[in-house]
Amino acid sequence: MSGDPLLPPIFSDWFDRRGWRPRAHQLDLLRIAGSGRSALLVAPTGAGKTLAGFLPSLVALAGRPKGAKAGGLHTLYVSPLKALAVDIARNLDAPIAEIGLPVRVETRTGDTPAHKRTRQIDRPPDILLTTPEQLSLLIAHREAAALFAELRCVVLDELHALVTSKRGDLLSLALARLHRLSPGLTAIGLSATVREPDELRKYLVPQKAPDAPSLADLVVVQGGAKPDLRMLEIDRRLPLAGHTAYQSMPAIYDLIRAHRTVLVFVNTRLQAEYTFQELWRLNDDVLPIALHHGSLDAQQRRRVEAAMAAGQLRAIVCTATLDLGIDWGDVDLVVNIGAPKGASRIMQRIGRANHRMDEPSKAYLVPANRFEILECRAALDAVEEAAQDTPDARIGAPDVLAQHVLGMACADAFDPVALYDEVTAAAPYVGLTWEEFEQVVDYVATGGYALRAYERFAKILRGPDGLWRVRDARTAQQYRMNVGTIIEATTVKVRLARSLRGKPGTVLPKTGRVLGEIEEDFAETLTVGDTFLFAGEVLRFEGLAEDEALVTKAGPGTDPAIPSYAGAKFPLSTFLAARVRALIADPFEWDRLPKQVSDYLLQQRRRSLLPGPRDLLVETFPRGGRHYLTAFPFEGRLAHQTLGMLLTRRLERARLRPLGFAANDYGIAIWTNRDLSERIGFEPRFLEDLFAEDMLGDDLEAWLDESAMMKRTFRQCAVIAGLIERRFPGQKKTGRQVTISTDLVYDVLRKHQPDHLLLRAARQDAATGLLDVRRLGMMLRRIQGRIIHKALDRVSPLSVSVMLEIGRERVYGEGADEILAEAEAQLLEEALA
Amino acid sequence: MALGQRLEKIVRPSGLTLAGESLTFDLCGGLWLEAHRTLVVSDLHLEKGSAYAARSGQFLPPYDTRETLACLHEAVARFDPARVVALGDSFHDARGPDRMEPGDRAMIAALQEGRDWVWIAGNHDAAVNEGVGGRYAETLTLGGLTLRHEPTPGVADGEIAGHLHPCGKVAMRGRAVRRRCFVTDGHRLVMPAFGAYAGGLNVRDRAFEPLFPNGFTAHLLGDGRVFAIGRTMLARD
Repeated sequence: MSGDPLLPPIFSDWFDRRGWRPRAHQLDLLRIAGSGRSALLVAPTGAGKTLAGFLPSLVALAGRPKGAKAGGLHTLYVSPLKALAVDIARNLDAPIAEIGLPVRVETRTGDTPAHKRTRQIDRPPDILLTTPEQLSLLIAHREAAALFAELRCVVLDELHALVTSKRGDLLSLALARLHRLSPGLTAIGLSATVREPDELRKYLVPQKAPDAPSLADLVVVQGGAKPDLRMLEIDRRLPLAGHTAYQSMPAIYDLIRAHRTVLVFVNTRLQAEYTFQELWRLNDDVLPIALHHGSLDAQQRRRVEAAMAAGQLRAIVCTATLDLGIDWGDVDLVVNIGAPKGASRIMQRIGRANHRMDEPSKAYLVPANRFEILECRAALDAVEEAAQDTPDARIGAPDVLAQHVLGMACADAFDPVALYDEVTAAAPYVGLTWEEFEQVVDYVATGGYALRAYERFAKILRGPDGLWRVRDARTAQQYRMNVGTIIEATTVKVRLARSLRGKPGTVLPKTGRVLGEIEEDFAETLTVGDTFLFAGEVLRFEGLAEDEALVTKAGPGTDPAIPSYAGAKFPLSTFLAARVRALIADPFEWDRLPKQVSDYLLQQRRRSLLPGPRDLLVETFPRGGRHYLTAFPFEGRLAHQTLGMLLTRRLERARLRPLGFAANDYGIAIWTNRDLSERIGFEPRFLEDLFAEDMLGDDLEAWLDESAMMKRTFRQCAVIAGLIERRFPGQKKTGRQVTISTDLVYDVLRKHQPDHLLLRAARQDAATGLLDVRRLGMMLRRIQGRIIHKALDRVSPLSVSVMLEIGRERVYGEGADEILAEAEAQLLEEALA
Repeated sequence: MALGQRLEKIVRPSGLTLAGESLTFDLCGGLWLEAHRTLVVSDLHLEKGSAYAARSGQFLPPYDTRETLACLHEAVARFDPARVVALGDSFHDARGPDRMEPGDRAMIAALQEGRDWVWIAGNHDAAVNEGVGGRYAETLTLGGLTLRHEPTPGVADGEIAGHLHPCGKVAMRGRAVRRRCFVTDGHRLVMPAFGAYAGGLNVRDRAFEPLFPNGFTAHLLGDGRVFAIGRTMLARD
């Protein structure tokens, strides 16, 4: 018997018929929601999270008096993935049909046809499953107040994945609006294991003040079976740098042969392409091994997913695109190539294997170089202790708030004070001041410029009643076109073209199939004849035709000449970095490391030294007529690149003539024309000054403002905030002459109004995003008084690892003029020829 | 830098004379005609920002006019020209002058003070408004040079035009640099757009083919100087 006073008999009977017992957390949630409180459910995969999230709603809906006319929308479910929403709808069908509940469930995604959308507003289902973007559109609807008046419950799935981004900011604002439209609403968050559940608990309920957080109730499901996680050890020596893991490919192939279905995760698209090729090179058994990453043609990806669901594949090589998603019951092994970079990420990925809580998930970590062995060891320890590295709570982005404010004006006239109170109830915006809010409203109305040039074109207008209203239907339409925070990189299609046999060097456009898409930025750097790896093949670039990159297949045995194109790269998490430093600092830990690593560390200790867990080791040495400085902060590539840029500027001012630098996840190397060891010798405070925290002041500002990454960040903020229009995939590209370049806008705005809202938004993003400035700041504080310098006469074992990055990456600081001068020199050669 | 200096000696003569007149390509995007003490700037597109606000509700920073005028002011201060020629599309649209801030209007007046100021008619501002000083002309002849907004296909020795907003792109070692440029074949010159918000059209675009049937050299505006780039080194977008 599943007898529980909370569970109506028809539900207990259903559990009995299925031979199940309601789990404790499912009943806990029922109890909490039943008393009108919100809750966060933290549970490992396979714990029956989804059913737990819906059970309170199903029970409540079952209890509606018979014959009562259907009420409004009762429950809203929000998932980060469209596919997940559709999948959940299917999974809900079974209990609803088997229990015989009079409950109507529908999905609403970007694919939902217009007539169905209209009907969903007029005659809403009991349960609606949707995405954050669609929710934003719904609350901006003129009928929103009526639609959500009866809403009792909102379920937010994969909350841990949502809250770390601007998407999470947008969702928090929508949630705040729902809490206002339907006071007493119950919010249920579903999350994988996180280190700081309080951040998520705050997110679910309206906040009153920054220093007195309100928290939702917490339900934690312990453990499940411990994952069977190991490091793949092979008897070959791993290199000191590089990310291909080519030595381990035969072992990975053997694992695929020995399992039913394997997910092979990699960190970048380049790695995915490479791994896929290598596995097929070894694939004597012709096992069905597929490739899945974000740049592949969507149809191709759907085909791979369908084949996977049908159990036709033995392995998929994939990137973060499959970190989340629908359950594939058959996956019995997860292989993660390269360092896991974060403990939470690896837990998420391991969870993709064996979605049953009582059976252990099985996974291998495959280090690609000797440093990654250290990182894998640290990640294994973290998983063993069930420790997690959840990013800190976000401060709500002003550009997202601007989008929301316009949406709220589209829904109805708003009172600014009431909207301010509502917005600051959302956890990410709890610290927003009234002045900041006013600036956002001013931005939405007229652009927020000191020069009041656009008053007469204002998008929202304040009436004599003090309420703000949207100007006209066209402005509302513009809002609807622009909703959301995901800015796809502008891409061009990659299409196979046929070469003309008679005329070498010419191709027939529009003849072959589309292979996928590459970033426009990458396509622009290609010249005819360049070869690169894409969609599992080596392709030859033949030229751009309209918005397509035409390619042909390169001859067999061709090595791709262009090494990489942009793909997601994760920096080493702060949490794992600290563990790696601790591992290196403590020789008693070394016997847990493979011999090749402990030998390497011993060598380093003999030839130089090993830093303590909080120290910064700086080595200087001459090599090949140049002078090198290496440093090992272990703060991730992004923070190191920023550090390298700033150090180079300072060395320049110290007249040490820096020539360039290279960075990896663990350290940086800078090379100069002048002798660094000598300078440090006669100026004892030189290094302390060089690494002083004040480098984050003017130098950073000056560099940031010029950097291409900052411009890209600005562009994203400008699109989210509606300053410039979103470009849609497939939209015909208008000539460059008529479109406005955001780079030009950025330059002008920076010069004339440096404190503008969107520049502040871009700087806020830079602090945590692409440039990881915040982390750099933490590091500089940590190492004060803890810099250990070692002047060497040659490169140390530790330094070799970062020296190997030189030449792999573009040299930073190489200006546009150097490129132009080189092109100009070609003209000279032509002239002299 | 010895190479750079040698280069300039070799490259400059071909690029910098047109119909026997010597030209100076200034880094700001203006053209200096020393013999005529004339500064030529093309496609200022003043009030482009406010044109977007009026037409489509996109509130671009309304500082483009003052930014463009500040650059022009800097060039005028340096050359102290007897004459300034704005080579058409000086305003983004015919209503531009109406929307201009009083401060910007005063800035134009100050620039015009004591010098001949010629607005050449463009396609965006064909019906030029009153109240912005200077004189108006369809074309202007200076010695062997003919200045007009739109380049005319066919033989045109000594023609200086704008309209196309030429940009050159150089792609090398995984980096691409795209800059505004002067384009010339020694017979004709197409000038870069000067306006802060003016976009650019790649010189490899078809629009340039009938104008330069025998090839051209593009003079790209770098950060520190102007670079002469041959057509073979210029990439398409």
